[in-house]
Amino acid sequence: MHPGLMRDGFALAGVLFALGVVGVLVRRNILFMLMSIEVMLNAAGLAFVVAGERWGRPDGQVVFLFILAMAAAEVSVGLALVLELYHQNKSLDTDAASRMKG
Amino acid sequence: MLELLWVVPAIAFADALILAVVGPRMPEKAVAVTGVGGVAVSALLSILITAQFLVVPPAGGVYRQVLWTWIDVGSFQPEIAFYLDALSLVMMLVVTFVAFLIHLYSTEFMRGDEGYSRFFAYMNLFVASMITLLLADNLLLLYLGWEGVGLCSYLLIGFWYQDPVNGRAGQKAFIVTRVGDTAMAVGLFLLFHNLGTLRIQDLVQVAQSQWAVGSGLAIAAAALLLGGAVGKSAQLPLQVWLPDAMAGPTPTSALIHAATMVTAGVYLIARTHVLFELAPPVQLAVAVIGAATLLMAGFSALTQNDLKRVLAYSTVSQIGYMFLALGVGAWGAAIFHFMTHAFFKALLFLGAGIVIEALHDEHDIFRMGGLRRELPGAFWTFLIAGCSLAGLPLITAGYYSKDLIVWSAGSSSIGGWVFWAAAIAGVVLTSLYTFRLIFVVFFGPVRTAVSRRAGWAMMAPAYVLALLSIIGGFDKIPFARFIGAALPAVSEAPGRLSENLSSTAAALAFLCGFLIAWLLYQNRPELATAMAENTAGRMLHRFWFSDWGMDWLYDRLLVGPIEWVARANRGDIIDSIYDGLAGLAKLCYRFLSLTETGRLRWYAAWIAGGSALFIAIALFL
Repeated sequence: MHPGLMRDGFALAGVLFALGVVGVLVRRNILFMLMSIEVMLNAAGLAFVVAGERWGRPDGQVVFLFILAMAAAEVSVGLALVLELYHQNKSLDTDAASRMKG
Repeated sequence: MLELLWVVPAIAFADALILAVVGPRMPEKAVAVTGVGGVAVSALLSILITAQFLVVPPAGGVYRQVLWTWIDVGSFQPEIAFYLDALSLVMMLVVTFVAFLIHLYSTEFMRGDEGYSRFFAYMNLFVASMITLLLADNLLLLYLGWEGVGLCSYLLIGFWYQDPVNGRAGQKAFIVTRVGDTAMAVGLFLLFHNLGTLRIQDLVQVAQSQWAVGSGLAIAAAALLLGGAVGKSAQLPLQVWLPDAMAGPTPTSALIHAATMVTAGVYLIARTHVLFELAPPVQLAVAVIGAATLLMAGFSALTQNDLKRVLAYSTVSQIGYMFLALGVGAWGAAIFHFMTHAFFKALLFLGAGIVIEALHDEHDIFRMGGLRRELPGAFWTFLIAGCSLAGLPLITAGYYSKDLIVWSAGSSSIGGWVFWAAAIAGVVLTSLYTFRLIFVVFFGPVRTAVSRRAGWAMMAPAYVLALLSIIGGFDKIPFARFIGAALPAVSEAPGRLSENLSSTAAALAFLCGFLIAWLLYQNRPELATAMAENTAGRMLHRFWFSDWGMDWLYDRLLVGPIEWVARANRGDIIDSIYDGLAGLAKLCYRFLSLTETGRLRWYAAWIAGGSALFIAIALFL
C-alpha cells in the first residue's frame, strides 16, 4: 500500500470527524445534529477501513459493516425521537427542549 | 415452709403485674383486695417462715434457694437465688409486715384517687423489689432490687404528676440516688474484677483470704459500696433528696421513705460487713457520716414547719444513728434500731397522714393545734410513736435500740467519747423536735377545724404499730442472740464505758429535750418566738431551715454549672461538625447542578471536551 495513502486517509477521517463534532456543537437544528453524527460515524468507519488496508487484513471492513448496522439502528431511534420532539415543541431547535435541567 | 421462700416476692410482683395490666378496669374494692391480699400473703408466709426458722433452724442457720441461672457467660454465672439467714429474715419479716399494715391503711387513705390501681401497682412492685434486694444471694440480684426500689420511689414521689413540683421532687430523688448507685455499680465491677465472683458469701471469703486489712483494694471497694449506701439511705452528703421526697402520698413516705427503702443502705453495709472490717478507714468514715448526719438533720428538723418534713429530717437523723452503729461495729444494734425505727416511724407517718387528711391537706404545723381532743386515736398513737422515737426510758422500743447504739458508740473499740457525745446530743435533739411537734400539733388552741375522721382501715394499722412501738424493744437480748448468728458482736474496749452510766445519760438527755420542748412550746411560747426573732436566731433558723444550705450549695456548685454548659451548648458544638459536612455536600451539589442546563449541545461539548482531554492525557503523559 502506498504510504502516502494511509496518511491522507487518516487525515481525511480526522477532518471529517472534526467537522462532525463542530456540526454537533454549533448546530441547533436537531436534524443537522443527527447528520453531523452520521458524518462522525463515517469518519470512524473510514479510519477502520484505512487501518485494515494498512495491515492487509479484512477486519477493518468487517467493523465498518457493524458501524453501518449500528448507524441504521441509531437513525431509526433518533428519527422517532425527532418526531416526538417536534410534536412536543413545534420546533426542531434543541435549545427549546431544555426543560430537563438540574 | 422454707421452700416457699420464693413466693414472698413473687406474689407481690404478680400483684403488681395484675394491677398494672387490668387494674384501671377493676372496681376500687377489687383493686384494694388484690393490692392488700398479695402483701398479706407475703407477710403471713414471712411469719410462718420465721416460725419454722426459729423452731427448726436450717443447717448452719442459713437457707439457700436457687431458682435458676440468670446469666451464663464464661465464669460469670449469677443465679436468681435467695439467701435466708438471721439478717435477711429479720429484714424480710419487718418489711412485709409493715408493708401489709401500710397497704391496709392506703386502701382508705387513697380512696377516690383516680390513680388508685396505679398506686397499688407501684406499691406492690416496691415490696417485690425490696424483698428481692433483701434476699439476694449475689450482689447483682441485690442491685436489681436496689434499682427496682429506686424506680418505685421515683414513681411514687411523682405520683400526683399533674403538679410539676412533685415531678421535680421525684427527679431530684432519682438523680441524687443515682450518684450513689453509680458508685455502687463501679464497686461491683471492682469486686468482680478482683475476686471473680459476686456471690456475697463467696465474695467475703475470698476477700478475707486475698486482701490484707487496710489494703488499697479493700478500701476502694468498701468506699464505693458506702457511696451507694449513702445515696440510698439519704446520708451526708446525699441527704438532700429525702425531705423533698415528701411530695409523694403519705403511705409512700411511711413505707418507702421512712421504714424500709431508705434503710437499704444500712442493710447493704451490714450484709457486706466483712469488706468494711477489712477497710478500717472506711468503717470510721461510716461512723463519722452517721454522727454528722444525725446531728445536722436533728438541727434541721427543729426548724421545719411542714409536718412531713420534720419527720423526713427525723428519718435522716435516725438512719444516721444506724450508720453510727455500723461504723463502730455494732452491726446487730443497727439492725435492731432499723426494726424499731420501722415501727415507730411508719406509725408517725400514718398519724401524720390522718392529721393531714383530717385538716384538708394542711401541712403547716402552726396551723394545726388542739387536735388532742379532736382526734384522740391519732393523738395517742402519735404520742406513743413520738415517745418511742425520742426514747422514753424503759417502756418504749426506741429507747432500747437507741440506747444500745449510744452505748456501743462509747464502748466499742472503734468508737469513743466523741461519738458517744454526738449520740447523746442527738438524743436531746430528737426529744426536742419530737415534743415540739406533739405540743404544737396536739396541744394549744384549735386553729383548723377537723373535717373528716379516719375509719378502721386507717386506725387499725396505727394501733398495731403503736403496740409494736412499745413491745418491739423488749426482745433486745434474744434479738441480739438471734442476729449474732449472722453478724459478729461488737468488740468492746474493756473499762471504757459502763452500760448503766450510758443508759442514765441517755434517759437524762431525753428528759432534757422534753423539758426544753415543754418550756418553749407549751409553757412559755413567747420564749421561742423571742429566740427566733433576734438577728442571730433568725439567721440560724434560716440556715437550719434550708438544711445547712446544702441545696443552695449544690445549686451553685453542680446544678448551676451544668445548666450553664447546657445553655452555652444549645447549638450542640459536636453536632455542628456533621452539620458542616452536610453543608459542604450541599454546596457541591449546588455547584454541580449548574452544569445541568438541559441544553443538549452543552452536554455534547462536555463529552467532546472530556474525551479530548483524556486522549491528550493518554498520549502526552
